[in-house]
This record gives sequence, C-alpha cells and structure tokens, in this order.
Amino acid sequence: MSILYFLIGCSVLLALVFLGAFFWAQKNGQNDDLYTPSMRMLLDEEDEIPPEK
Amino acid sequence: MAGSTILEKTTCYHCGDDCDTLNISIDEKNFCCNGCKGVYQVLSENKLCSYYTYNDHPGASQERTDKRFDYLSEPTIISELIDYTDAEKTIVTFYVPQIHCSSCLWLLEQLNKINPAIHYGRVDFLKKQLNIRFDHRQVSLRQVVELLDDIGYEPLISLQDIIKEQNAATKDNLVSKIAVAGFCFGNVMLLSFPEYFGIAAAEQSFKYFFGLLNILFILPVVFYSGSGYFISAWQNLRNKVLNIDFPLALGIAVLFIRSVVEIITRSGAGFADTLCGLVFFLLIGKFVQKKTYHHISFERDYRSFFPVAVQIIEDSTERPVPLSQLHTGHRIVIRHNEIIPADAILLKGEALVDFSFVTGEAIPVGKTLGEIIYAGGRQTGEAIELEVIKPVSQSYLTQLWNNEAFTRKQDNRMQTFNDKVSKYFTVVLLTIAFAAFLFWLPTDFKRGLAAFTAVLIVACPCALALSTPFTMSAALGVFDKNRFYLKNTAVVEQLAAIDTIVLDKTGTITNGNNSSIELKADLTSEQKQLVYSVCMNSSHPLSRMICHFLGREERLEVTRYTEIAGRGITADIYPHRLRIGSRKFVPGPRSTTPEATCVHIMIDEKYLGYFSFVQSYRNGLEKIAELKAGYNLQLLSGDQNHELPELLPFFGFEANMHFNQSPQQKLDFIQSLQANGNKIMMIGDGLNDSGALKQSDLGIAVTDNINNFSPGSDAILDGGSFHLLPVFLRFSKDTVNIIHFSFLISLTYNLIGLSYAITGKLSPLTAAILMPVSTVTIISFTSLATHFAAKRRKLL
Repeated sequence: MSILYFLIGCSVLLALVFLGAFFWAQKNGQNDDLYTPSMRMLLDEEDEIPPEK
Repeated sequence: MAGSTILEKTTCYHCGDDCDTLNISIDEKNFCCNGCKGVYQVLSENKLCSYYTYNDHPGASQERTDKRFDYLSEPTIISELIDYTDAEKTIVTFYVPQIHCSSCLWLLEQLNKINPAIHYGRVDFLKKQLNIRFDHRQVSLRQVVELLDDIGYEPLISLQDIIKEQNAATKDNLVSKIAVAGFCFGNVMLLSFPEYFGIAAAEQSFKYFFGLLNILFILPVVFYSGSGYFISAWQNLRNKVLNIDFPLALGIAVLFIRSVVEIITRSGAGFADTLCGLVFFLLIGKFVQKKTYHHISFERDYRSFFPVAVQIIEDSTERPVPLSQLHTGHRIVIRHNEIIPADAILLKGEALVDFSFVTGEAIPVGKTLGEIIYAGGRQTGEAIELEVIKPVSQSYLTQLWNNEAFTRKQDNRMQTFNDKVSKYFTVVLLTIAFAAFLFWLPTDFKRGLAAFTAVLIVACPCALALSTPFTMSAALGVFDKNRFYLKNTAVVEQLAAIDTIVLDKTGTITNGNNSSIELKADLTSEQKQLVYSVCMNSSHPLSRMICHFLGREERLEVTRYTEIAGRGITADIYPHRLRIGSRKFVPGPRSTTPEATCVHIMIDEKYLGYFSFVQSYRNGLEKIAELKAGYNLQLLSGDQNHELPELLPFFGFEANMHFNQSPQQKLDFIQSLQANGNKIMMIGDGLNDSGALKQSDLGIAVTDNINNFSPGSDAILDGGSFHLLPVFLRFSKDTVNIIHFSFLISLTYNLIGLSYAITGKLSPLTAAILMPVSTVTIISFTSLATHFAAKRRKLL
C-alpha cells in the first residue's frame, strides 16, 4: 500500500499544475472579458479581395 | 396639390434613418447626410464593407460632424489619456458608447486595414471599451481619434477617466483567492474521506501522513484566501464595531489552531475539511455580492461630461486650453453641440442653449447678448463667443461639488440587517462558548477547551454571511431585468428602509423628450403636409417634435429653404410660401400663453396659429402618487410653479411641493428632512439634482438611455420602468423578509450544531456535513424565495 504515498504525490502535483495554469490565465487577462470572444468567433476572417485586373 | 412632387421614402444605408434628400448617394446607395456617406466611403476604400453584411444599418447617424480634437495635441492631455507608451508604440483605451453590435466589433478590430500604423484594436463589448496599440511615430493620438470619429465611433474623452478608475478597482484578486480555496477544499476533502470512513488499524501510518498534508493545504487557505477576514475584523475592532467578519475570523482561527494541534499531537483528525469549505463558500458569497455593471457608471459628476479642453481666442487666434487652465476673463468659442464649461457672458452670436444635462429640460433656451449663461448648457446652432466670469470649479452648478456631501466617504449609508444582527450574534456566541468552557472546567479541562472551540466552530455564521449576498444578488438580477440598475447589493436593503420619496420635476416625472404638443390652429390636411415637409428639413428639436406629432405624411419637395438658428424657417413649396418659427420671426396677433414654448405658422402671408409645447408626465405618475399612503411624498423642482395646479392632485398638499430650488437648496432640503430622522429616496435626473442625490439615503437617477449621461447616484432607473417604482419598493421589502427568514434557518442549524458542541464531543464528520448542508440550504432557499417573490410581484 505504500504506493499510495507516490500516487498522492502525483495527484497533488498534477492538481498544482492545473492551479498554476489557472493563475497564468488569470494574470494573462484571459478571464477579463468573457463576452466579446463569443461574438468575435462568429465574424469571418476574410481574405484580401484581389485587385481587379 | 398641383405642381408638387411626392418623394419616396428612403432610408440611409449606413444608419437607417429616413433620408431627407436623394442627393447624397454613392454606389447606388442613399445616405441621410454627408457624414454617413463619408463613413461609407472610408469603409469602401478600405474594403471593409463586410461591416454592412453582419447587420442592417449598423452605423450611428453622422449628422453632427463638427467635432474638434485640437486639444489632443497637448502633451499634458495626451499623457493623462494613454495607458502605456515607449519609443515605438502607445497603448490607449477609449470608452466608445457607440459600440452596440457585431458590426461595430468587427470594424473596430480591423482598424489596421485603414491605417497600418495602428497595430491592433481590441473591443471589450460589455464595457464598450476599445483598446488600441499604435505606432506614435507614424500616427498621432489625435489622428487615431479623428479616424475613429470618421468611421462613426467617436470615443468619449472626459476629465474623469472612468476606465482607469474601474480598472484600478478590480485589482483585488478575489478570483485567485477563490481558486486557491477551491483547490485546497477539493484536495482536503479527498484526504479526509479515509478518516470519515475509518482506516484499518494496519494502515494507521496513512492517517498521520494525510493529516500533515491537510495542514499544508490549510496554510494557504487561512493565510492567503482568508486573510481579508482577519484584516477586516481587526480594523473593525479598532473602530469598536462588531461586524460579521469578527465571528468569521474567530471561527477560521479556531478551526485552524484546533486542526493543527489535533493533527500534530495525533489526538484527532482536525477540521481541515470544514475550514476549507467555510472559506471557499464565504469567498463565493463575496464574489456574488460584487456583481457590477461595467458599462454603467454610478460615480459620474460634471467632469465626466464636460469637455477636456476648450478653444479660447487670444490675439485673434484660437488655441485649445485644458479646462484646468481656464481663467476668468478668457474669451472662449463654443460651437454647435459643445458644452459651455464655465459661467460666462455671451459676447457674440445667437445662443440657443440646451440645458437637458442640467435640468432635464429638452427644449433649448434662447439667450441674448450680455446675458450670463451658466455652465453645463450645450450650444445648438451657430458658434458663439463668451467671456468666462467664473473658473470652472466655482461656477453656479459645479460649486455644488465642493459641498461636503461629495467629499464624505460613505459606502453604506444605512446599517444593514447583517450589521445589526452580527453585533448581538457575536456577543451571544462568545457568552455560550465561555459558558460551555466554564461548565466543563472543574471536571475536565480538556473537554472544556474542546467544547469552547467546538462552539466557535459550529456557530460560525457562515450561512448568515451568505444569506444577504445571495438574496441581494438574486434581487439585483430581478431589478436588472426590469431595467433598474443598482450600484451594489446593499442598495436593495436601503430601498426597503426608506420612508420619504423626493421627486425632481423636469425630466424625472415629466418626460424628457416627448413634451406633448398642442396644435392651436385649424390646419387642413394639406397644410399639415406642407408644415411637415418643411420641418423635416430641420434638425432643430422643435421641428423634429412637430414632425413626430404630425406623423408620417408624404413629403413634398421644398425649395428656397432657409433656416435661421434660434428664429425659424422660411421655405417654398410651390405654389405656397411658409414661415415657421418664433414670435419675433412670424408676425401675427400677440395673444399666446406666456409660459409654454410656441412655434408659430404662417402660410402664404396668413397667420394660422401655433404649436404649443407642454411637458407631459411620465406614465405611471399616478401609481407613484398612490405611494402617498405609505410614504412622505415631496416634489423638489428648480422650475417656476406654473404647473402647480396640474401636479397638486398627485402630491396632495401644496406644502409638499417646492419650486424655484437651486441645486444647493435641493441638497439643503434633503439635509433638513434627514435631520428629522427620515430616510430619504431622491429621484432626479439632471446635474442640478446631483447634490440632493448624493446627500439622500438613496439616490436614483432616471434616464431614457442608460448609456447617456446620468448624475452620480446609487441606482439608475430606465425611464420606461418608472411606473414600476412602487412594485420595486414592495419587492425590496420582500427580499428583506427573505433575509430575515433565512437568518432563522441558519440559526436553527446553529442550534443543532451547538447541541453537539457544548457537550465537547463534536466529531469532524458532523461539522463537515453540517457546514455545507446549511450553506446549500440557505443558498437554494434565498434564490428560490427571491424568484417566487419576483413572480408574485410580476417582475419576472
């Protein structure tokens, strides 16, 4: 059963990675605006219209 | 109708307004004005016409395009506006009120296609903010703003920078604290399960290991996530106030110490699970309570709508001067649609000043040469020259802000239910805890200590602390659906506590935009059509109202149209000649009602009569008047008392109606009512009510468009929901009852917990079950009860 020590260590480490990822996202401003991206994704990224010959 | 041609109605391709002429067109598209056409041209040159495919008529009307941005070349002003700058680039955030649809979003994020020196534009839709990074070596801030103005998105630049204030306010890492608490809560719960379910004797070594891990997890919860409670409790103790943070901090501290001691001495499992859960739920409650409206500002004062700079004339040249440097004696130029920033004497030009920001009165007032014009008015018509007679901060209107009501820091002007209860709660809690300790002390010291700590743990007012935020935020959501926007959750309780309602008149109980028009003339339908066709050509508010009143007539072609600002219009519609305008402009018999604004009509040199404009009252004023039964209802107006007879039935007594009140007198009036112990709700709309709104216990600003200017207040009410005000008042009382009831529920849980606690035998499992269960009960009860109360009041 001493494998549990190792497994719990792994699980806590993994959870810490996720917590770290959340902090990074928060600091990066990814949660600042939760509404605009939902509109932005509906707009088409259009190519430059080639100049007429 | 011989000789008259009938025009077809066309709408502007850009903004969707009716087109007055067919002359402004390009690419077979019609526009209402050159401004709209200009925007279309800019967009089509840059191949950005997809703007028009996402929405029909996404643009805003560009009729007024004589804005000047000279002041944006002043280095002192630039440095105040920008967020960041270095050798190559500048980053700036603008508040752009025009942002309203996905086309706006698309266009504003394509700015780099119009000018490559702009690196990017990023829109925050809900806050209506635009973040731009540009190369300031190639394009100046002024050019960026002019570009935005060209495409129809003029940023609102004001002295009081709302954006920066808001961004500064949100830096309190509450979300991070919740993340840490939630992370630890989950892990600790996992590690505590073996203890709850029992560990085989062979595996006792795990117990100690799990315990030590739990200690590691609760350290950040107590010292990072929960730190705010200790700080707040300590500050309140120093101010000799017992608020709810004190028992909470006490609970957290006791939980922490007892858990650590139990685990290290191997005498028990500790309460790490309960501790993490407690902090986590408390922070969630705080988060819910913090709900704010980013696009509405409740803190606006005169600075937020006064211009940043004004043009002054010196040695016969014009130059922009920041408002702070404007002195008495300066000669200023105010153009169409600009705001007069300081009390000044009119020196040159025809002044027609719209004081709607100040008084709510929508009809512009004419001023003659040599007359003093008070600050805050907006000039309509031609450019005027004025001499400043008072500095900006000392003007008739703005000196109101020097009053102490504005300098006083007041978060909650009334004690909330929580504040009142928590004082007694804390005292009772400590009494029970010490009583339990003393009871066991003679027989069993350890058990006494256990009972003492258990009481503090179990009676920790978690549910109590959560009931208010959850009820209030649910109520806030209900109000929000009915277009009543409250500054914060505490306002709901204040709404329930008031006993006196003071109403402003103009713009508040009268309808800001739609004065009722009376036609005091016998016009044939043909004549009406003539008047309509002429007035359609004018952008003057009175002409607009006349057109609105006459309804959709067919338009006739108008020739020889001349409009003299502040006087009237002459125009020909073959074979007729029309003269529409003021008394001076239209000769005729002199017997009109003196107090009302009139527009006189003359067709073919024959005087026909006039339109008179009388303020109409908002829908639902009679419902407000019914509040007389439960509330002391007062009217506080800056106007003359000529509407007294019409308003008397609503207010009952003449003593309740106060006319001719200056902004300062309004503030003093509120103060005098408060001196009698009344709790006052002030409802106003203009800057002249600002003092009263601030001084009152609850200030509500009424506005017909929430994105427009409204004075600083506790709540903003959309004019269309004015009639719901009595319902709002009743609903706020319901929510307070819900809070009282949820307090009873949380007390019941506390009593159950206490019955275990005072015996000194509180098991960690009991605490770990009781705490979340009570929390969930409270949250679901308050949310459901608020929902049903809103249904009952027909607010949902």
